[in-house]
Amino acid sequence: MLKDLFRKPKYVTVHADTVRKDIPEGLWQKCPTCNEILYSKELEKTMKTCGKCGYHFRMGARERINATIDEGSFSELDADLVSANPLGFADYPVKIAKSQEATKLKDAIVTGEAVIDGKPVVIGVMDAGFVMGSMGSVVGEKVTRAVEKAIAKGVPLIIFSASGGARMQEGIISLMQMAKTCGALAKLNEARLLYISVVTDPTTGGVTASFATMGDIIVAEPGALIGFTGQRVIEQTIRQKLPEGFQTSEFLLDHGFIDMVVPRMQMKNTLAALLDLHTNGGTDNV
Amino acid sequence: MSSQLLDFEKPLIELEAKIEELKKFSKEKGIDLADEIKTLQTKSETLKKNIYGNLTPWQRISIARHPERPGVIDYIKMLFEGFMEMHGDRYYGDDPAVVGGIARFNGQPVTVIGHVKGKNTKENLARNFGMPHPEGNRKALRLMEQAEKFGRPVFSFVDTPGAYCGIGAEERGQAQTIAASLTRMMTLRVPVIPTIIGEGGSGGALAIAVGDYILMLENAVYSISTPETFASILLKDSTKAQEVAGAMKMTARDLEGFGVIDEIIAEPLGGAHKNAPEMAKTLGKSLQKALNSVKKLPPEKMLEKRYEKFRGIGQLISG
Repeated sequence: MLKDLFRKPKYVTVHADTVRKDIPEGLWQKCPTCNEILYSKELEKTMKTCGKCGYHFRMGARERINATIDEGSFSELDADLVSANPLGFADYPVKIAKSQEATKLKDAIVTGEAVIDGKPVVIGVMDAGFVMGSMGSVVGEKVTRAVEKAIAKGVPLIIFSASGGARMQEGIISLMQMAKTCGALAKLNEARLLYISVVTDPTTGGVTASFATMGDIIVAEPGALIGFTGQRVIEQTIRQKLPEGFQTSEFLLDHGFIDMVVPRMQMKNTLAALLDLHTNGGTDNV
Repeated sequence: MSSQLLDFEKPLIELEAKIEELKKFSKEKGIDLADEIKTLQTKSETLKKNIYGNLTPWQRISIARHPERPGVIDYIKMLFEGFMEMHGDRYYGDDPAVVGGIARFNGQPVTVIGHVKGKNTKENLARNFGMPHPEGNRKALRLMEQAEKFGRPVFSFVDTPGAYCGIGAEERGQAQTIAASLTRMMTLRVPVIPTIIGEGGSGGALAIAVGDYILMLENAVYSISTPETFASILLKDSTKAQEVAGAMKMTARDLEGFGVIDEIIAEPLGGAHKNAPEMAKTLGKSLQKALNSVKKLPPEKMLEKRYEKFRGIGQLISG
């Protein structure tokens, strides 16, 4: 019928929350910056980065290791190290147990020997999901032992940081881990071995103020929050809003504190190229 | 005697006022009250010992933060001769929260570095309450490297709530300057003797506290953060600082137990501010003793011991 041509079509109203309900748990994820709905299988291929806007989702320590090293080359160090409770806080062991359950890790860092593009390294990868990736006795000790292992083997060290800082629950012991890890790095310097620090979202406090900013080369993932004091605390102290982009990787690059911002998909190649420049063709008469 | 009193000192002060009153009364009226006065004086002595001998962690924090507590500038005047202050980090500016320079200590040229809080509001503001900016950490490190070049021992005096947090501090690399200091201090080839004299807060404190022999005044505190920040982070309530102060284990005795410090220096009864010259005298003796013990080590041995001190800190269950 001719008049049907002019009839206003009926639209079905689709509410945002009904759409969300239809997404099966775990199968899809929404990008927090561009709102793109991303298929989880696709996200795996893009190493948990948004194909549309490039947003980098946080990555667990194990996934990160797999994404960075040559397949099957990982042999873990100090896997069983767990923290005591130096201040005797009743809920600290509970918190640790919960994080262990959720992340399947013993503490906030995994360290080990590995091979990247055929080159042996010692690698440490932090996990922000474990008590906010905070550094207490275990992280401090494992980083220190990783440095010592790199020295013993004469190979480069790579540490991926992701941390809320020194772990409050271990008090002064956590603070001392900053000096301990930096002391170990001083020895790595004396041994003239390469240390590449890769800073990922988020890295703040005592980890930024120790090993994360002491790399010979400091690489950051795009858009990562990197700083000393957390943004909430700064805002409360100075009573003003922080500028857009404050404490991001790009902000730090602008201010001269990191060498390069490297997207996750290019991280392994970048590390391999840097390792290559430091293993072949050096001269001893310096 | 101090003019600014702390809450827990009130009963003592009231008693002392009463004694003074009786003395005056006795003199004016010519009545012999010697016995009564003596009884009260004995009571006052007992009370003094009870109060100052059983200070709670929070009371120690109040003493450590007392506006009249002697600071690095006082100790420089009382313990060092011919101090010449040096300024600037050679990159950006001069941080008034950190003072540093060269002086003689019992005849020996040394480098002295310390945080300055200031003793009144005007000074507090000028000194940024002793909270260093990156410039302060860089100045401290510059002076330490200068000390190394000229073979001067370094004395550092820690008294800060923590490194300053603000936009400029972040822009100019607060975290990086701390990390650089921690790393470099570990290989500094001259004796480094840090003393925690008041508040030792967080990375700001640690940035000048890596050394060979670490001293701490009896009522000083040293911790991962101020109790206010600690309560704000863990309990989401900064007003619960008093409650967490004990649990944080931040007193000199706690830290000695952890192996974080090497020696506790006794303070005059009631705190360093009750008798600054006496405090300086005691501190001076300990500084000289510490320096002597470190100085006799060959540099390699000294550095190895310095590293091992920090290397050994950590509490692990297995491995």
